[in-house]
Amino acid sequence: MFLKDKDRIFTNLYGDKDWGLAGARARGIWQDTKTLLEKGHETIIEEVKTSGLRGRGGAGFSTGMKWSFMPKSGDMPSYLVVNADESEPGTCKDRDILRHDPHRLLEGCVIAAFAIRAHTVYIYVRGEFYNEAMRLQAAVDEAYAAGLLGKNACGSDWAMDIHVHRGAGAYICGEETALLESLEGNKGQPRLKPPFPAGVGLFGCPTTINNVETIAVVPEILRRGPAWFSSFGRPNNAGTKIFCISGHVNTPCNVEESMSIPLKDLIERHAGGVRGGWDNLLAIIPGGSSVPLVPADQCDPLLMDYDALREVGSGLGTAGVIVMDKSTDIVAAIANLSYFYKHESCGQCTPCREGTGWLWRMLTRMVSGNAQPEEIDQLWDLTKQIEGHTICALGDAAAWPVQGLIRHFRPELERRMAVARERRVA
Amino acid sequence: MTDSFCFTPDNAETARVILSRYPANRKQSALLPFLDLAQRQNGGWLSPPVLRFLSETLDVPEIKVYEVASFYTMFNLKPVGRYHLQFCRTTPCWLRGAETIENAVCTHLKARMGETTPDGLFTLSRVECLGACVNAPLLQVNDDFYEDLTETTVITLLDDLAQGRQPTVGTQVKRQTSAPIVGRCTLVS
Repeated sequence: MFLKDKDRIFTNLYGDKDWGLAGARARGIWQDTKTLLEKGHETIIEEVKTSGLRGRGGAGFSTGMKWSFMPKSGDMPSYLVVNADESEPGTCKDRDILRHDPHRLLEGCVIAAFAIRAHTVYIYVRGEFYNEAMRLQAAVDEAYAAGLLGKNACGSDWAMDIHVHRGAGAYICGEETALLESLEGNKGQPRLKPPFPAGVGLFGCPTTINNVETIAVVPEILRRGPAWFSSFGRPNNAGTKIFCISGHVNTPCNVEESMSIPLKDLIERHAGGVRGGWDNLLAIIPGGSSVPLVPADQCDPLLMDYDALREVGSGLGTAGVIVMDKSTDIVAAIANLSYFYKHESCGQCTPCREGTGWLWRMLTRMVSGNAQPEEIDQLWDLTKQIEGHTICALGDAAAWPVQGLIRHFRPELERRMAVARERRVA
Repeated sequence: MTDSFCFTPDNAETARVILSRYPANRKQSALLPFLDLAQRQNGGWLSPPVLRFLSETLDVPEIKVYEVASFYTMFNLKPVGRYHLQFCRTTPCWLRGAETIENAVCTHLKARMGETTPDGLFTLSRVECLGACVNAPLLQVNDDFYEDLTETTVITLLDDLAQGRQPTVGTQVKRQTSAPIVGRCTLVS
């Protein structure tokens, strides 16, 4: 029922073992990369498609499909850009890959870049992950020295360069086109799409942008076969996944589990259970801060996958599970997130730049009940004026947590207003 | 403050390596790494002469350098203390007592958020999610994360720094990085 150690891809998730090249080789990394490359561009893409792998950065788009959008010939170089700008509140999985298993990511880069016919990879690491970026750079240096990268990468006759590029503190750079802007030395402000990066991306050239975890699982999918990978999780929700369980649990942790694992099992087996017991659960945010919360009464049974979470009006996102027990001031918790989005809005689109501030200010008053009941509908209306009206998804991400709060905790908002009103009268 | 700046020979060599990572006609891609390199050399902040130097080096208008430098939170346009304390305040840390940690430090150092202590040792900043949520609450000091903090351990940490001792980076409890502190049942073979 639970994933067995033999089926775990990230066998050094916690850094128990050597992160370096020797340790990586002992874990099977770089053993047969050349053989995997000999499958050819199209077969690799086809196998990744068949495996059912969906992007692990939050959007959940089919990885093989994304790769197939890249041009098969042309005058311009193609690029693979790896998004290691991990900044979604509740998410800290890519950090473990960067610092504990960097070679697994690098091997994935070689295979993925080869599949999309790219010779150059940029890995964009969030600036705050300084030590992680240094570790990754050290792994890159080892790989060059061992001939795994360079003019004849892994003896494949395919030239491959990987560069580590550090960001400098901006959540928005996790948005793929903002990341490209940042990589070109600009403010991280998202680009209008179309054109999509597969046509016009980095330096105006065809570019695929993938999350760290997505790229890192590719070599094992090819080694063990797409059917092995898709044997985990329900159809359309294939594979294993790193879950980050934070907040009010007894033992917060990262853990790689099968997709579609029941939430209660995930929390109780790996995170020591909800503080004060399952009945003390108030709500969870299942996929990083950008997805709406799920109240306790919908948390059991609840499967942790794309489809099941969409059915309860939320999403799997990054699989960063934020757990809140009954001691939580839920309005303040969401107001805290609204401050986050206000701070991180890049300022390009008016609905987001102005709207995120309004969300935060209104919610802050509602924390203490200093608002009128009809303002709840105004707040809802405001989220609808932001959602879908911006260049990138940050506007949606700011709107959804507030919508989740109103949808599930409206009586709590009204109760606070009534209490505050009585206090004023008295 | 001097009115000129240029890279030290070592940093000039590092800068050359950085530049080689980008196409020759795309020098501006090196702007973020150069700002970081220059900030480290300049004692933790970007003064106007630094921005001017980078503008000339990369052939990018000065206003553009300023625009980029002011967009990203890690670039300091004002001097900071020797230890830049960056408190993660976002929900996952907040749920696990981030405010308690902040208050303990503010009381201990007799300083408020945004301030630098009179001895120039500590600058206090509140930052958004640092991306180590299963080790909350946490504090970033310069390049290092200190995780799983309590009111007590964070003060010990500050005392160590003040006395020039290098604290153990990472978790401040007996725990293997992001694994559960007890009851671990994976990757045990």
